[in-house]
Amino acid sequence: MTNLAKQNSSVILARATSAIPLFLFFAAVSMLPKTMAGGFYRFEFPWIPSLGVQMSFMLDGLSVLFALIISGIGFFVTLYSADYFHGHHHTGRFFVFLHAFMLSMLGLVATDNALALFVFWELTTIFSYLLIGFEHEKESSRSSARQALLVTGAGGLALLIGILLLEIISGTYEISQMEAITLQLKSHPLYGIILITIFIGAFTKSAQFPFHFWLPNAMAAPTPISAFLHSATMVKGGIYLLARFHPILGGTDAWTMTLVFIGAITAVTGAFMSLGQSDLKKILAYTTVTALGIMTLFLGGKTTYSLTAAITFLLVHSLYKSALFLIAGIIDHQTGTRRIDQLGGLWDSMPFTAFAAVTACFSMAGFPLFFGFIGKEIMYKGALAESMFPFLATTTVVLSNALMVAVAGILVIRPFLGQAGDYYATVREASPYMWSGPVILGGLDILFGIMPDWVGRWLVEPAVRAVHYTAEDIELSFFHGINEPLLLSIITLVMGIRFYLKQQFLYKWVNITFDKFPLTASQAYDRIIESIAGLGKFQTRLIQNGSLHRYFFVVAAFFVISAGYGYISRVESFPSIIFPLLSWREFFLTTVIWAAVVTVVITRSRLLAVCGLGIIGAGIAMIFLSFGAPDVALTQLLVETLTVIIVSSILLRLPRLSLKPIKHRPQRIFDAILSLGAGILITTLLLAVLSNDLDRSITTFFEQNSYLAAHGRNIVNVILVDFRSMDTLGEIIVVATAGLAGYALILKRREK
Amino acid sequence: MESLILRTATRLLVSLILVFSVYLLFRGHNAPGGGFAGALVAATGFALYIMAEGAGSVRKAIRIDPRRLIIFGMGLTLITGLIAGFSGMPFLTGLWWPISDHTNTPSVMLGTPLIFDIGVYAIVFGTILTLILTLEEN
Repeated sequence: MTNLAKQNSSVILARATSAIPLFLFFAAVSMLPKTMAGGFYRFEFPWIPSLGVQMSFMLDGLSVLFALIISGIGFFVTLYSADYFHGHHHTGRFFVFLHAFMLSMLGLVATDNALALFVFWELTTIFSYLLIGFEHEKESSRSSARQALLVTGAGGLALLIGILLLEIISGTYEISQMEAITLQLKSHPLYGIILITIFIGAFTKSAQFPFHFWLPNAMAAPTPISAFLHSATMVKGGIYLLARFHPILGGTDAWTMTLVFIGAITAVTGAFMSLGQSDLKKILAYTTVTALGIMTLFLGGKTTYSLTAAITFLLVHSLYKSALFLIAGIIDHQTGTRRIDQLGGLWDSMPFTAFAAVTACFSMAGFPLFFGFIGKEIMYKGALAESMFPFLATTTVVLSNALMVAVAGILVIRPFLGQAGDYYATVREASPYMWSGPVILGGLDILFGIMPDWVGRWLVEPAVRAVHYTAEDIELSFFHGINEPLLLSIITLVMGIRFYLKQQFLYKWVNITFDKFPLTASQAYDRIIESIAGLGKFQTRLIQNGSLHRYFFVVAAFFVISAGYGYISRVESFPSIIFPLLSWREFFLTTVIWAAVVTVVITRSRLLAVCGLGIIGAGIAMIFLSFGAPDVALTQLLVETLTVIIVSSILLRLPRLSLKPIKHRPQRIFDAILSLGAGILITTLLLAVLSNDLDRSITTFFEQNSYLAAHGRNIVNVILVDFRSMDTLGEIIVVATAGLAGYALILKRREK
Repeated sequence: MESLILRTATRLLVSLILVFSVYLLFRGHNAPGGGFAGALVAATGFALYIMAEGAGSVRKAIRIDPRRLIIFGMGLTLITGLIAGFSGMPFLTGLWWPISDHTNTPSVMLGTPLIFDIGVYAIVFGTILTLILTLEEN
């Protein structure tokens, strides 16, 4: 097969995988009639029965809405990526990660078991890490991926603590059953800690202040990934978590205050930061931070309007933001740049993309007839109806929306309508597989904007009712009459246009202000990472300075002090030493071992020392043999043989030991004391063990069952490969890892 | 090390050592031996071979990269565990199949623990050989 044909077939194969999200999308659609009627689907099967944990799934209105977003956008992203990665050498790997991520995300929103939720949560983190670092040849990709992994991974661990505490109080991992004791939970002394841990999980995942910095850095990912993970799905995981736990933990003052304040700070920070960027993707990333902040803010509320605003905006944002990311990717793919100040006049050369960009941006700006308008109206209603901080909420939302109007203008006017440079004379429209996604998503912005009533009934209301049982009737409608929200919409547009006209000034102002901050969140992250690395270096220099002598000294000293202290502080009487009458064979073996020990200590020849050690080992093997443990003796003998071979082959390459007297006499004395101490300690411990009667029940069990249950007469081997084969598996993994690590070390020396 | 005596003796010894190693592996379930011990014996044999003939000729003689043996062993042990999983039993449960000699009394039992032991053999042998060869070539 020629290279070209190979590439074409891989594109076709990649496109074919879009059948997976398409199938899942229709499966989710088929669930709509039931969820619309307030019902849900639930199924479960045993997962860890010994711990009473089951894998359970429950699809209600909220889960189905998320599933539709994930699978629907997943479908377009798959088609898009097939062309975007045409000819890339890791296409296969990309699609495996992409679909694995999608399935994890679907699991996250569909499961009813809190532990399963944690597992899916971490899976999305891992695949996000792999996808951000997909261009792993670049240092920036690797560090961004690592940052996202550390931030969201740490949040995941916090979430795990919260889940375990919830289980301790409620006695169940099933989220749907925790709702029954919501009052008891809210008055429980651990409520505060649960809230903090769940919030840390949600805030890290959904890039809330002060963890927002990882999201703009995650733009190192390929653009279709930014469209899918970092705008439409994964970063909404935290929002999903807050919505899911709203009926269980929400509604208290602590809940509302935290979410409203953090949401507001995040929204405003993101909006201003977006104006200070010139890279298309960074602009979009910061507006995503804003959108997530607004959703968090509304999830803080407990009124029907507030929650409706959160859910509606979730859908609005997923539609327009994923479209805009895909468009940014098309522009990058076709022109080779994403810098806003280098783009212009793309309307003529890319009509379909331009259409999609305009619809998405109009929706983002919230113009009437677009879905964004519906979202904005309901947001204002929700903000005005906030129970605790209506003024703060309203101001934040108006300000953020006005800034988003400005950003929409920046994204559309100059790149598509502005003066075309000569440079772009040859720019052509992307393939239909790439532009069809944004165009259809943009079309949905119009369709939903015209028929808000339908969207409200089928998608938004079931989701709101899933988190807010006593919801009043929800009406998404096109025109609510002349009232406060409409007034606020007009104010937003006017402010937005003013911001747009001042964009040059704001761009400079944001960058200057940002430089003046003494410590930004991102720098704080860097400092923390640096100090951890610094601590690592410090302790490595101290106890692992590269001298083998130091290593042995530290390990042995630690053992003697800790084990010796542990023994002496608890022991009642020391074991007495009884010298048994040795048989001539034992006497002979002991003498040989003693002679070898003395040789090892006094010799100046490395080879002799190694051989001496080998003799000691062989002597011990003989002792094992004489006490009836042939298996242990055999293994000991073989290991000793190999050790002598390997060590001597290394030692023969080293320079000879000098014959001059050793200068570091104090060190030698220390070494002698330590060796004697270790020897005495081990002897004492062994004697102490022997002075008690041995518990033979385990031995008896193996003796009785070895042949009957495991068909083997050699108990040692049966234990290794059957009774305790899991331990053996762990050990051989250690062997393999140690071997490969040693191999790498040797190769590294060779390179030097 | 150029020594005709060593080289000639090695030729004879290595083949014996290898046979002994496989013998240890197979008898392990009922008598002293097993995958770990067998692998150590085999590695000793090859260490001798390296001393006599050098690392290059050993690489030629074994044909496969010992690193691959590690991967092979790891895969084999994991698959052995999964066989039980697919039969609806906990991971790594030993499964046994009697080989009948038509007298209705099973004389030989064949089981997954043996395959597991072969996996152990491959990992230990592969690891040691990788280390010795790399050291010698250095």
